[in-house]
Amino acid sequence: MNLLQRMPRIVTIMVVFVVTMSVVRTWTGFDDLTSSGTIGATLRLTVPILLAGLAGLWAERVGILNIGIEGMMILGTWFGAFGAWKFGPWVGLLFAIGGGMIGGGIHAISTIRFGIDQVISGVVINLLAFFGVRYLSELAFVGQPQGGISQSPPQTSAIGRFDVPFLSGGRIGGWTSPDILGNLEERGWFIIGDVAGIARGLTNGVSWASLIAIVLVPLSAWILWRTTFGLRLRSSGESPESAESLGVNVIRVRYQGLLISGAFAGLGGGFLAIVSSSYYRQGQTAGRGFIGLATMIFGNWRPTGVLGGAAVFGYSEGLKLVAGNSITGLFLFIAIVAALAAVTGLVRASMRRTLAAAAVVAVAMLAYLTVDEVPESLTQSLPYVITLVVLGTASQRLRPPARAGVPYRPGSAH
Amino acid sequence: MTDTATTERPTGLSGLLSRITTGSNAGSLRTSLTTVASSLAAVAIALSICAVLLLVTGKSPVDAYSTILETAGDSNKLLEMLRRSTPLIFSATAVAVGFKMNLFNIGVEGQYLFAALIAAEAGSRVSLPAVAHIVFILLVAMAAGALWASISGILKVYRNIHEVISTIMLNYIALSVIQWLFENFFRDDTVEGLNVKTTIIAESGQMPDLVDGRLNAMFLVALATAGAFWVLVYRSRFGFRLRASGYNPNAAEVAGIGARRMVIAAMLISGAIAGLVAMYSVIGETYAYGPSATPTQFGFAGITVALLGRNHPIGIVIAALLFGFLDSTSAVLQLADVPNSIVKVMQSIIVLAVVVVNEATIRRLNARTAEQMRAQTDSGEAS
Repeated sequence: MNLLQRMPRIVTIMVVFVVTMSVVRTWTGFDDLTSSGTIGATLRLTVPILLAGLAGLWAERVGILNIGIEGMMILGTWFGAFGAWKFGPWVGLLFAIGGGMIGGGIHAISTIRFGIDQVISGVVINLLAFFGVRYLSELAFVGQPQGGISQSPPQTSAIGRFDVPFLSGGRIGGWTSPDILGNLEERGWFIIGDVAGIARGLTNGVSWASLIAIVLVPLSAWILWRTTFGLRLRSSGESPESAESLGVNVIRVRYQGLLISGAFAGLGGGFLAIVSSSYYRQGQTAGRGFIGLATMIFGNWRPTGVLGGAAVFGYSEGLKLVAGNSITGLFLFIAIVAALAAVTGLVRASMRRTLAAAAVVAVAMLAYLTVDEVPESLTQSLPYVITLVVLGTASQRLRPPARAGVPYRPGSAH
Repeated sequence: MTDTATTERPTGLSGLLSRITTGSNAGSLRTSLTTVASSLAAVAIALSICAVLLLVTGKSPVDAYSTILETAGDSNKLLEMLRRSTPLIFSATAVAVGFKMNLFNIGVEGQYLFAALIAAEAGSRVSLPAVAHIVFILLVAMAAGALWASISGILKVYRNIHEVISTIMLNYIALSVIQWLFENFFRDDTVEGLNVKTTIIAESGQMPDLVDGRLNAMFLVALATAGAFWVLVYRSRFGFRLRASGYNPNAAEVAGIGARRMVIAAMLISGAIAGLVAMYSVIGETYAYGPSATPTQFGFAGITVALLGRNHPIGIVIAALLFGFLDSTSAVLQLADVPNSIVKVMQSIIVLAVVVVNEATIRRLNARTAEQMRAQTDSGEAS
């Protein structure tokens, strides 16, 4: 039932996105807005943020804030790169998961066993991870070819990528199937070309690791909302006293949640060190743990929401990477979407909404007409600004787990 | 509602009041001794954990610790310790102001870097007599830090956004804004190469050295700030309200202390102190702001120092000196074939241990108080 109710909204969003993007592309001539190259880059850049967001989700769903995701990701990059360098990329990903779980375990012991403030524990884990891997690098990487205190030696093998047969020219046995989407994209027809570009970006040259990460979204949703285990996890974050009174071992459940959270963060870090690049580098996570936290918030603590948020950030990063000058096209995109919102506001006779949307249209159009180039330095802060704006304007509609951040002592239900 | 000083640890409302009025968490000598003892125990635990870490990774803990101890006799190293503790004192004091009313300012990092840029630029554009110039720059830095911190305060009060989230986001936004302002407006284009900076501040605005080239007078300003923090928090009406809001926001609200105003005020003061973090470098060493010249990461280090110093000015100064000392040993450690990053690991573990031990101590004290109360009520019923 839940799915049925939500399905149309997702479809609406996607249709609005594709049609508006087609209009903007045809209008501005920025073909890269929906090119398979941009979408492919978007996917690669979305995955680590997505995994960080899911890490936050798993922790907060059991009732524990995780400011330490960034640190757990750092552990993931280091252990991932180490494992991949020694034993190959797949073992590397397992190492990354293990590294993240070390961070999750420390967070669990300090917040659950010792009851220290969850934010403080997270901050300390971030510092410990940052300097800890520096220490480890000094032992393991210094003196190795191309290795050093802030960098690992490069890996020699990588995780495979696949093209889907018939859609994106994947190979079946020795035979290369036709690249149908690629052909359609090249024609550049209105809407059809855009759909083809987006679909090809998602089916061409996709890393198996990306596929696994995407599968983890429905898997997380299924476990958390459709299994007994998931119910126990969520009840620990919503009302631990009631959960305990019904026989749930809240402490154990919270440990499990944080270890899973650490595993997700570690995998996100491993992706950066093994798939996005082929070595560990200091500062590789570049605040993605915190962006993940942001996607969790405006994804409303739901896996699909986290995916949506991560995709927005991944897209803005991907577009910047592939075709930085196309960014101005996004102003037009915002203007059109805001105009649609203004129209629906009129239909629903909501004066406030119409006026607010009209104001956004005016600002976005002005920006589109006057700004030739958005400074790189300012676009970097986009995810963080969006997060604050969403929190400031839509916080009524957000619903975090009721007891996230509140320490729990077993036996406090009397 | 009198502050009754009893021989036993006061409990309940009078306990709360006495804890607020006597000026620290330590209501009695015994509790302050417990505090000091538990901190020392925590440091000892942390050092043993690091020793194990060194052993496991094939390094000699004896070498490491004896090298660290040897540096304590070197006067140059001690000056280095004072120099390195300067930004930590500011940063930790800024964090502690927030902690006093349960506000978690993780944004000191962004606040002080923003302030460093604005103050350096403002300082290079004015010409004032010697002392006035320095005071002007410091005031600009405080204003800029307060401005950036006020965003979080306003978002918390009017949009109910938790300050932990907003300060984290504003740290990154600050980095972008700083880069943008610096590259487009404030950069001194006459300087070539990698070491780009803002225009050098005239001599009248440069902080004098206490010891030539090794320590400048910002260290004294840091000590003065810690002193001012003590007066403000423990000896002023504002400080009383601050701590009252921290202990029990609802009670404070009922007593007529506006929570909203207190949040804004605390963020402004915290940000103003944060604005001074990098000044020892900006007006004392490089006389300019530069992306590579101005030190980073002190915002987070400040959180650890505040935790280690238990948010008390004396504790903060001691903790900052300890961390400054550990930082100053890193060069020597490297010579003794011990990776110097162990120092930073050590600091993080010390903080974790201190927080854990502190939590355990509080719990034990609470349990004991509860036990005493129960004993009292039991005997009361019996008689």
